[in-house]
Amino acid sequence: MKRIVYREWRIAPQRFWSLLGILAAVIGVGALAFGYMEHQGHWVTGMNNSVVWGAPHVFAVFLIISASGALNIASIGTVFRKPIYKPLSRLSGLLAVALLMGGLLVLVTDLGRPERLIVAMTTYNFSSIFAWNIFLYTGFMVIVIAYLWSMADRQGEPFNRPIALVALVWRLALTTGTGSIFGFLVARQAYDAAILGPMFVAMSFAYGLAVFMLVLIFSFEDEGRPIGPRMMRRLRNLLALFVSVVLYFTLTYHLTNLYMAKHDGLEHWLLFNGGIYTFLFWVGWVLIGGLLPLWILYHPHLNQQRHWIVAACAMVIVGGFATLYVVIIGSQAFPMPMFPGQTILESGFFDGVNGESAAYWPTIPELLLGLGGVAVALLITTVGVRVLQFLPESLADDVVAPDEETMHDQPFAKPA
Amino acid sequence: MAKALVRAGLVAVGLVWVAFATNTALAGEVKRYVVEGSRAAELDSCVEPTERMRRMHMEFIKHQRISTVHEGIRGTKYSLTGCVDCHISYDVERIPKPINQPDQFCGACHAYTAVDLNCFDCHASVPNRPGVDADRAHREAGVEGLVRSGRNGEGH
Amino acid sequence: MGKATEMNDKHTRSEAESGALKASAIDGGRRGFIGVAAGVTAAMVAPGVILHAVAAAPRSQPVTSDVRWGLLIDTTKCVDGCSACVEACGRENGLDLQVKSEDESEARWDHQKSVWIRKVKLQDNQTGRVTNLPMMCQHCEHPPCVDVCPTGASFKRADGIVMVDRHLCIGCRYCMMACPYKARSFIHQGTSGQLTRAPRGKGCVESCNLCVHRRDNGEESTACVDACVAEGHEAIVFGDLKDPASPISRKLNEIPSRQIREDLVLNTGVRYSGV
Repeated sequence: MKRIVYREWRIAPQRFWSLLGILAAVIGVGALAFGYMEHQGHWVTGMNNSVVWGAPHVFAVFLIISASGALNIASIGTVFRKPIYKPLSRLSGLLAVALLMGGLLVLVTDLGRPERLIVAMTTYNFSSIFAWNIFLYTGFMVIVIAYLWSMADRQGEPFNRPIALVALVWRLALTTGTGSIFGFLVARQAYDAAILGPMFVAMSFAYGLAVFMLVLIFSFEDEGRPIGPRMMRRLRNLLALFVSVVLYFTLTYHLTNLYMAKHDGLEHWLLFNGGIYTFLFWVGWVLIGGLLPLWILYHPHLNQQRHWIVAACAMVIVGGFATLYVVIIGSQAFPMPMFPGQTILESGFFDGVNGESAAYWPTIPELLLGLGGVAVALLITTVGVRVLQFLPESLADDVVAPDEETMHDQPFAKPA
Repeated sequence: MAKALVRAGLVAVGLVWVAFATNTALAGEVKRYVVEGSRAAELDSCVEPTERMRRMHMEFIKHQRISTVHEGIRGTKYSLTGCVDCHISYDVERIPKPINQPDQFCGACHAYTAVDLNCFDCHASVPNRPGVDADRAHREAGVEGLVRSGRNGEGH
Repeated sequence: MGKATEMNDKHTRSEAESGALKASAIDGGRRGFIGVAAGVTAAMVAPGVILHAVAAAPRSQPVTSDVRWGLLIDTTKCVDGCSACVEACGRENGLDLQVKSEDESEARWDHQKSVWIRKVKLQDNQTGRVTNLPMMCQHCEHPPCVDVCPTGASFKRADGIVMVDRHLCIGCRYCMMACPYKARSFIHQGTSGQLTRAPRGKGCVESCNLCVHRRDNGEESTACVDACVAEGHEAIVFGDLKDPASPISRKLNEIPSRQIREDLVLNTGVRYSGV
């Protein structure tokens, strides 16, 4: 095991600047979409009085929970003292800040009155989980920046582990808080479940790691820095574990709902009759986001090949978007149970006439706004790794720390 | 022309040492922005002395809005409806001109000072109470009450 | 010294008002209550306080929790096909002034325009019995929309009216996610020509506020109630739930009624009979 050397990302300037240019262009288009939505009002979006949160919220929530998950690698390295992950800690912290920034930006630009953000910053209602989240998000940002400092600066070394501990606890609170935005809503059947909190934590682990792995592999390959098979095996197994945990929570959530007669209607709709939501649930959430990546990651031959692992990561991300689309939008589209035992024949406000679900289709500005947020996250990351020493020079097998499982094989290890 | 006068008036406010003389000279012009026959037309100043109104009106309405929205208090001295009622102008056909237009009482000053005026994004910019006569409207706006308070204010 | 007198005044005034409240319990009329209150207050407070000596005077004291406004809807009297209450609400609160944006499809507009009160027609799955009723903000005692609002823009007034302070609303729509009655609307479009009594603008959430301007000006009922009476149906009763002698309390005492989504234990201010 050698000393880990961190170095700036030294790809060719023209490649760096064209990457930056593309990201800036996507951000610019997102900004235009924001201006258009705010100038015209939200009627230019597909969002309406039945489905009040739409595509921007899918993007925002995905980015926010991925931010929390991306920090996982740093936590494992510092808090749980797994030395092999140590070289990845810096990138993990940077990605966490960048993703959170992107997500918050989308959330804020979708407000009906974004110019009143100062009101949200100065007037609080502490019975609202939303108000708490404002602190959780800004606090997270501060803690992670402190964490990065403690990793990068020699003077920060003694604070490294305490800060990492705080960051770990904070990030679990943050994801639980984000999940609870939905989990505390008694009004809507699909949300009224405390399991949403832990489920969001599991999802954050999976999506955050998938994003992290993609960024890591891309930046390393682009500059020709080596990632050894041992490191890949570690990350790959971790991703597979997190994806299975998401599937486990999904199963539990739906089995619980199926057990309760009052949720039969919802489950029947979501699992069989929900149109786009049923499709996204089975194909997006379960297949692309769960079973297929698991199959690749555990396949004895495919999981040896880097591009298959990249494909698995991409699938987890696509599946993640599908999952959040179903969780956020599908749950609103299903009519609220105002009159159990009655069928609504007519309504002046779409209360689910004859059990019909509410209509929602995202419009172009919404999607561009969301993509703008993704681009913001990537831009921060790109600039960060370029100008500061975030990336280790090598993750080759002879550089990274030895696996603890094989420690006893090493002559210098203590006898078990 | 009217805009120029308003500007002149505003510059006068800024220059405190000449304000006294200039304001006296312009007092007649400022009256142009008060509805003829409204309560305010008979007054020397608004619900507070003019100087105070110019500097503080936003504070007055801001505090008022809290007690109106949260406590239901409507019949008080400060009121945005009151601003509109007394300071609106009408065109030749007696149709009120929105008060936030850049040549009107609120709009002109806000345009000049480049301060965003967004009250009327939501609030009515013309007196607009079908079925209620102007007198009643003025009473609702609390103009009756503030005649006296205005004078009290000046007495101090 | 002056301050002490003032405080004394306030004390006397509130005593006078509670006295008036008791008086109203006898004659039962709201207008009567205000008249009496104004009379008693005028007689008892120190000189110098200006009062508007008109029957329907704008309120000059903060609302108190001595009253709780509510509605009782007798669904047996609600007529299929009648939408008088919906239209009256639109006229009263300027919702009829909403215009569809040019490029907006009709289908989207129907989902995006503001609706404060709507008619719903139900059929019992077992018995086939059909019920008509209006739905609006239920003015809960424990409103979920107030709990979740990050800025406190969604609030409950002391007299039980749940409403939005549009000055504080940032348009996050979390309250709409939380409301079990789908009572709230988000203003998707720019607005123009608003009514003085009902300010409303793009980017905020709004809902039924029991005609709060009427409450503050001491009027007797709401636009929907008036319209229902004018149609001759009298399916909606408005009044003070805390006053045992008010028509609404008396009727609640007489006929069976329930809250929608009673399971959430929100203690709604709007009650339904015959569902």
